[in-house]
Amino acid sequence: MSGGSETSGMPAEITVGEALNLALHDALAADPNVFLLGEDIGDEQGGGILGVTRGLSTTFGKARVRATPISEQAIIGAGIGAALAGFRPVAEIMLMNFVTVAMDMLVNHAAKLRFMSGGQTGVPLVVRTMTGSGFGNGGQHSDYLEAWFAHVPGMKVVSYSNPADAYGLLLASIRDDDPTLFIENLGSYALKGPAPQRGVPTPLGKAAIVRPGDDVTIISYSTMVLRALAAADSLARQNISCEVIDLRTIAPYDLPTLVASVGRTRRAVIVHEAVRKFGVGAEIAADLAGRFHGELKAPIVRLGGNYSAVPFSKPLESAYAPGPKQIEEAVLAMIAEHSDGL
Amino acid sequence: MQNALRKIDGCVLSSILESALRIRCNDELIRESARSGRLNIIYYSPRGQEIIPSAISELLTDDDYICTIYRGIHDQIAKGVPPKLIWAEYAGRLTGSCKGKGGPMHITYPEKGVMVTTGIVGSSLPIANGLALASQLRGDGRVTVAYFGDGASNIGAFHESLNMASVWKLPVIFVCQNNRYAEHSRFDEFTAGESVARRGDAYGMHAVAVDGNDAEATWHTARAAIDRARSGDGPTLIEANTFRFEGHLLGDDSAYIPRQEMEAAKAADPVPRLRADVIGRGILTEAQVVELERKIRREAEEAREFALTSDWPSLDELSCDVLANSSEVVQ
Repeated sequence: MSGGSETSGMPAEITVGEALNLALHDALAADPNVFLLGEDIGDEQGGGILGVTRGLSTTFGKARVRATPISEQAIIGAGIGAALAGFRPVAEIMLMNFVTVAMDMLVNHAAKLRFMSGGQTGVPLVVRTMTGSGFGNGGQHSDYLEAWFAHVPGMKVVSYSNPADAYGLLLASIRDDDPTLFIENLGSYALKGPAPQRGVPTPLGKAAIVRPGDDVTIISYSTMVLRALAAADSLARQNISCEVIDLRTIAPYDLPTLVASVGRTRRAVIVHEAVRKFGVGAEIAADLAGRFHGELKAPIVRLGGNYSAVPFSKPLESAYAPGPKQIEEAVLAMIAEHSDGL
Repeated sequence: MQNALRKIDGCVLSSILESALRIRCNDELIRESARSGRLNIIYYSPRGQEIIPSAISELLTDDDYICTIYRGIHDQIAKGVPPKLIWAEYAGRLTGSCKGKGGPMHITYPEKGVMVTTGIVGSSLPIANGLALASQLRGDGRVTVAYFGDGASNIGAFHESLNMASVWKLPVIFVCQNNRYAEHSRFDEFTAGESVARRGDAYGMHAVAVDGNDAEATWHTARAAIDRARSGDGPTLIEANTFRFEGHLLGDDSAYIPRQEMEAAKAADPVPRLRADVIGRGILTEAQVVELERKIRREAEEAREFALTSDWPSLDELSCDVLANSSEVVQ
């Protein structure tokens, strides 16, 4: 880091939890129209169940870091109304499965009010939510439901795979004029990585090439990016070079970056934790297949969660979402079966 | 009701009458236009409920917010949305309040504080809370009114919203226009408890039932609620009892409403009653009211003409206003 006044005192590496806390802190400090609301987010309640908002209500006051009743419709509704009046609320829905009880507010109102009002009103609301399998939380606390929101015109859907992006993308989401669903990974909060530059947002709609490569493009987002990177490491030892792309913004996603990459590698694997059927991968696969018909060395492969609820029993839960091994096998299979070699 | 005993100013009453007459006239012309095929819409007439928003809006400024519902033209006209913008929106034209992209169930007009018109029963309340929260955070003294029907008092959002508004003392007024029927279902058959107003007790909220067809009583009730909200004393639930003359939507023959009930309600039509009252008290003469009615009718006919002769939106509008920046829309 270059050590300007904004970055002084910042360690070279921080965790995702620290990055998110820092982004919320910086957004609250920079713009009086930003405020937070959600269940248990105040310091009196512990600063969020995983401590993401810890310290913020003490610093910025309970009016701006506002603990709410367990009332998801009312939380999102309050966020929408305040956003219509010019605020930039950041609402926390503790777990992604709980957005189900606020779907009317998100799908019928937050996403559509700009269009239905002919552009007179907009809803610059961020909904932070977390999810992820692997923690024994069972079927109602672990789902990735991003495809629902990516499917609604007017919503942006954002996720991260490292602390710097967690910071920059959250800052960008708060500054964005559209309603944004910001997905946090339950297992990511302790993940360490290079610190971001304070106050600098990561642009929405731009994917990141997190590992360059020539033979196969692996497209992923959220926690699955780490599994894709692990698979790419292993494949590199077998002289197979994978390009790993982190979408970062799921909707609208960065098609030009995907097209440029797949245009070179002519092989694509899409990996997400959400159930594979009708998932985001299907949309991306169809977009790429439409552009590269007849030019691909192998059919596009989609890897995703099993067609079931997230199971509790450990061996079942471990087998639910694609792991590095499945990604590696998928790449090897597409190279072995569908091409005349690298 | 103690407040209602105090007479309100004649100017206020004649202003409420003007609003109610404007609503009734536009409503009648819309129904006529829809029946004759000139206007191709699903229409939820507010006929019979004109007095409620007319009396309440009399106390609101352009800066105060309302959130209303698909049966909302009375609320919008009372709050000051120019009828020609509503007509053009109903006709799907570029000149409509929302460029024809919202339609009859989604009128928005922030210039007069009409922030959301929702087609989803019960959804006006949580969003109204947010607008009220914005005013509370800014300390700008605005109040927000959420209009909804008796059916909405049975969805979860009603209960979540009352609780949150009461806990946070939001400057919001929940106005249930209880027209006795939720779509085709009788109020007393499907709503437990004596009244919607009594539900406010459970949330520690000022709650009151009023004859929503009585302009003075409604005005006094609204004034107390608005004063309470503006002075930081929190929300009020008003159950304004009224009746719906035209069924759930245009074409509904109201077969589920006992004939006697409907006839009694129509015999007590609140608009002519207020008209007679305004004349009887010498606030306006019969001739002045007739002239007012002529003016309103002319205005409504001009609004219809404006709507039906306006341009359609261009097809570019399909991808415009989806996201804040149209160039981000990916097809």
